[in-house]
Amino acid sequence: MRTTTIRTAAAAAAALALTACSTPGGDESVPGVTDDTVTIGTHQPLTGPAAAGYSTISAATAAYFAYVNDNGGIHGRSIEYVVKDDAYDPAATQTAVRELVTEEKVFAVVNGLGTPTHSSVLDYLDQQGVPDLFVSSGSLTWNQPGVYENTFAFNADYVTEGAALAQYAVEQAPDAKICVLGQDDDYGEGIVEGVETVIGSNAVTEVQTYTTSAEDLTAQTGAMMAAGCEVNVLGTINGFTAMAVGTAAQMEWFPKWYVSSSGADYPTLAGYLGEDLAPALLQGMVSVNYLPFSPDGEWVALFERINEEYNDGAPFTGNTVFGMSVGYLFAEALAAAGEDPTRESLVDAVESGDLLGNGILPLSYGADDHAAYRGVGITVVDEGVQDYVGTAYEVSGGAVAPVEPSPVPLENEGIPG
Amino acid sequence: MKTPLRALLVTAIAIGATFGLDPFRNYQLATAAACFAAVAGLTVLVGLTGQLSLGHAVLMAAGGYGFAFAATAVEAPWPLALLAGLAAAAAVSGLLGLLLGMAAARLRGPYLAGLTLALVIALPSAASTLPLGGDQGARAPFFAVPEGLSALIAVEQWHAWLAVAIAALAVTPLVMLRSGRAGLRMRAVLDDETAARLSGVDPGLVKAGAFWISAIPAGLGGAVLAVATQQVTPGGYGLAFSLLLVVAAVVGGLGSIGGAAIGSVLVVVLPWAVDELVALAPSDFGQRLDGNLAVLLFGAGLVAMTLAWPGGAARLLDRLRAARPSRFATPSTTTER
Amino acid sequence: MDRFVFLFSAGLARGAVLALFALSLVIVWRAARVVNFAQAAMAAAAVYAAFAVTAATGSYWAGLLTGLASGALLGAAVERGLMRRLPAHAPLPGIIVAIGLVMVLQAGLAIAFGPEHRPMHPPFSERPFIIGGVPVLSPYDLFTLVAAAAVMGGLALLFGRTSLGLQLRAAAFAPETSRLLGVRVPRMVTLGWALAVATAALAALLLVPTELGLNPHAADLLFVNAFAVAVIGGLDSPAGALLAGIGVGLLVSLVTGYASAAAAPLAVLALLTLVLLVRPGGVFSAKEARTA
Repeated sequence: MRTTTIRTAAAAAAALALTACSTPGGDESVPGVTDDTVTIGTHQPLTGPAAAGYSTISAATAAYFAYVNDNGGIHGRSIEYVVKDDAYDPAATQTAVRELVTEEKVFAVVNGLGTPTHSSVLDYLDQQGVPDLFVSSGSLTWNQPGVYENTFAFNADYVTEGAALAQYAVEQAPDAKICVLGQDDDYGEGIVEGVETVIGSNAVTEVQTYTTSAEDLTAQTGAMMAAGCEVNVLGTINGFTAMAVGTAAQMEWFPKWYVSSSGADYPTLAGYLGEDLAPALLQGMVSVNYLPFSPDGEWVALFERINEEYNDGAPFTGNTVFGMSVGYLFAEALAAAGEDPTRESLVDAVESGDLLGNGILPLSYGADDHAAYRGVGITVVDEGVQDYVGTAYEVSGGAVAPVEPSPVPLENEGIPG
Repeated sequence: MKTPLRALLVTAIAIGATFGLDPFRNYQLATAAACFAAVAGLTVLVGLTGQLSLGHAVLMAAGGYGFAFAATAVEAPWPLALLAGLAAAAAVSGLLGLLLGMAAARLRGPYLAGLTLALVIALPSAASTLPLGGDQGARAPFFAVPEGLSALIAVEQWHAWLAVAIAALAVTPLVMLRSGRAGLRMRAVLDDETAARLSGVDPGLVKAGAFWISAIPAGLGGAVLAVATQQVTPGGYGLAFSLLLVVAAVVGGLGSIGGAAIGSVLVVVLPWAVDELVALAPSDFGQRLDGNLAVLLFGAGLVAMTLAWPGGAARLLDRLRAARPSRFATPSTTTER
Repeated sequence: MDRFVFLFSAGLARGAVLALFALSLVIVWRAARVVNFAQAAMAAAAVYAAFAVTAATGSYWAGLLTGLASGALLGAAVERGLMRRLPAHAPLPGIIVAIGLVMVLQAGLAIAFGPEHRPMHPPFSERPFIIGGVPVLSPYDLFTLVAAAAVMGGLALLFGRTSLGLQLRAAAFAPETSRLLGVRVPRMVTLGWALAVATAALAALLLVPTELGLNPHAADLLFVNAFAVAVIGGLDSPAGALLAGIGVGLLVSLVTGYASAAAAPLAVLALLTLVLLVRPGGVFSAKEARTA
């Protein structure tokens, strides 16, 4: 009894002395939400070696939000998108996200990019109760509703992608020797795991890895060539996909390439390989995706318009579609969170399972499921055009089953409300 | 007796200061305290023995990993887990420092720099080859605010307290060693190895010992970062960070513990401050400027500062060079072509 | 055996580039007794100049010459503008200035050219000759080897057989005596920097077409490995840089091929530690003076 009194008294004294400083608790209002704005934040690699592959994503997301804001915002609120640079360095991510939460007082963190980077702030965001929406990575880490109640994935996970690629490869050529080249982290491991669930754990002819700081893939490509690989499944980021394809071509080796969505963006690959060589080198490259990037689709038409108008006509790539799709999904979640959104209502909106997104397959969000896409569609490059071929797979419990794609039609000019 | 009292006073002031800071500032204070511990070790090493280590980030990482694994493994109330973690951090980093020191005792400046640089580059490979959790690193336990304090202070402030206390624990013995016999031996070896040898001091032993003494505060600094961030990843201890530690030591003034504190605060706060300034500037430069301009300005400031006060940073070193010109200026002629 | 031949030839070309960059570090060390930590960023800046000229003129060779010239200019400018103003024989301010310079150059390049990788095409085919069913060196690899060998030979002649080379060496090793004998020491140091950064630019120019493409960080790893190479060879020894460069190139290629990519940096670290434990001044170090 007495300790309680003392504690209360001390707390009161402290509260008087330090009102705005370090004291926990505080006012009743929802962080980041005012009458006419909602402030959200993200951490992205804008500088450093990873900037080359990913710095355009947040610019596309910001452009989409600018478009929404110019058209009245969501429930009359405009979306303020604070992008912090972390240079793909987990220590910098820690600082950036703490700044977002404590200084910028963001409503939610949206689309934080990278497995090692975002892993480092997962616990912090959980402790602070900040909604951690649509993480930009295919790690399974983000789908742990029991542990991280507020964290939701956006990418299809790497295991799903690996399994779908392997399944398609087996259907196309049942007896081909399948090999994997993967990044030496959870990305490459996830792809290997997915491939193995389909063809069996000892049936992969050759597994090679690389580190992102590597300068070339000569040794790896040579090993795969020597092993007689016919189908190469790649768990590589764009730059290394280009390098693998280019290195093999230099050795006069032209196997089939099956590439995870994180490393198979045709415009980006063409940038690496050169516009002149890319159509020939990438002819027939198989990949998976879940976002509406068909060149003649209505979503791409809208995104191209937004890109022209709000993003200075930056090169239109898979990153652009990715960034704007994330923006769309957040806008949809915010709209569903109600007239007066709270952090709880935002998370509830995502968990409700009512969000449609703009993917080619339904979102799988639910109270027990924080993964975004359980299935992916197969894409193939033909004469320099990458598009869906109509085949799609759903992966659950280690089984791969074909499904019908069900693209979400574009409504209300792409502004949820 | 004087040093511990002064350390206690400074610690008390730093902990009092946390009340004036908001949570983010307190987090920055914890980061700065971590850097301070490492930079203090580094500045003593470079300033007193002239051994340039570019690899103190790896020693921090070693301490961080030691802390994370030990503190997680110990099933005990939090103070015990914390102490176990700190002991492990000191042990692991000390061991690595001793190994490095034994190699360093045989090497001259740039060769040691090359070895420690290669060590930094090999850290991510080591993390994925050894059972250290690869790129995602190891998770360190979360130390919640103790019950009696939870109404008073936020978690960032609590971690800042822990950080300040651990940094004090790491640096105070260093200060005492520096002003005692060990420091005397280090200076003797730095001034003239032959003379030191004649008076019964083994230069190799002193150099290796200095590396060991310098590694432990660095490891405890890593433990501080693990407390503040609940995570140890190889990416957080990369080349850029390792070089920043050297920058902090030199900018603050080599050999000076107070300078180490100033340098650490600068390298933590300056990049952030420049970033804030850039954000205030009109943003119609396009997205290429994001982040890059801050790096550019920080670099330019660093160059300008060093050019303006090379003496401040180099005074000690000048003494060092003047004392033994033969070691650095003598040409080797047998390999000429 | 096939695999060994393949990995060996791949490592040879990579090793030549490493050796060339290590040589550039040795030149600066011999001229000014500093390790230039900004060498990678300066080389990348020179390669951007080459890239811009090649893009404008369509000629690889015009770009190559521009790259070498701008490397030399940048080296001279940095020595005259920055390094000279620092106290002599105190390595740390030089290192700090170099770190600051790296930040300025890399951020400046990212602002000017964007962070994305710019593909650079090699002047010769990268299609390897197939000998007995094994792909070995490509014409471009041969070009790299020949260019590296020519530059190293040229530098050896310059340092060993010409009066200018003698002055360069004299200025580096005995500045006061050289000045008494009429050697313009400051000019020689500047010349050393110009030569070194031009050499580094050439190494980066040879490397980039085999990589993902040009970006501000294109030469970072090259620098780190080349520093290890220079230390292994002995910082004073051009011959050491050459042999250690080839050796490390082969080691990295073989370890990557037979073990894993992650093991390569560990192998380099292990080799470095081993060499330094046996010979603290590098393989080709001169005998140290007795200290006791």
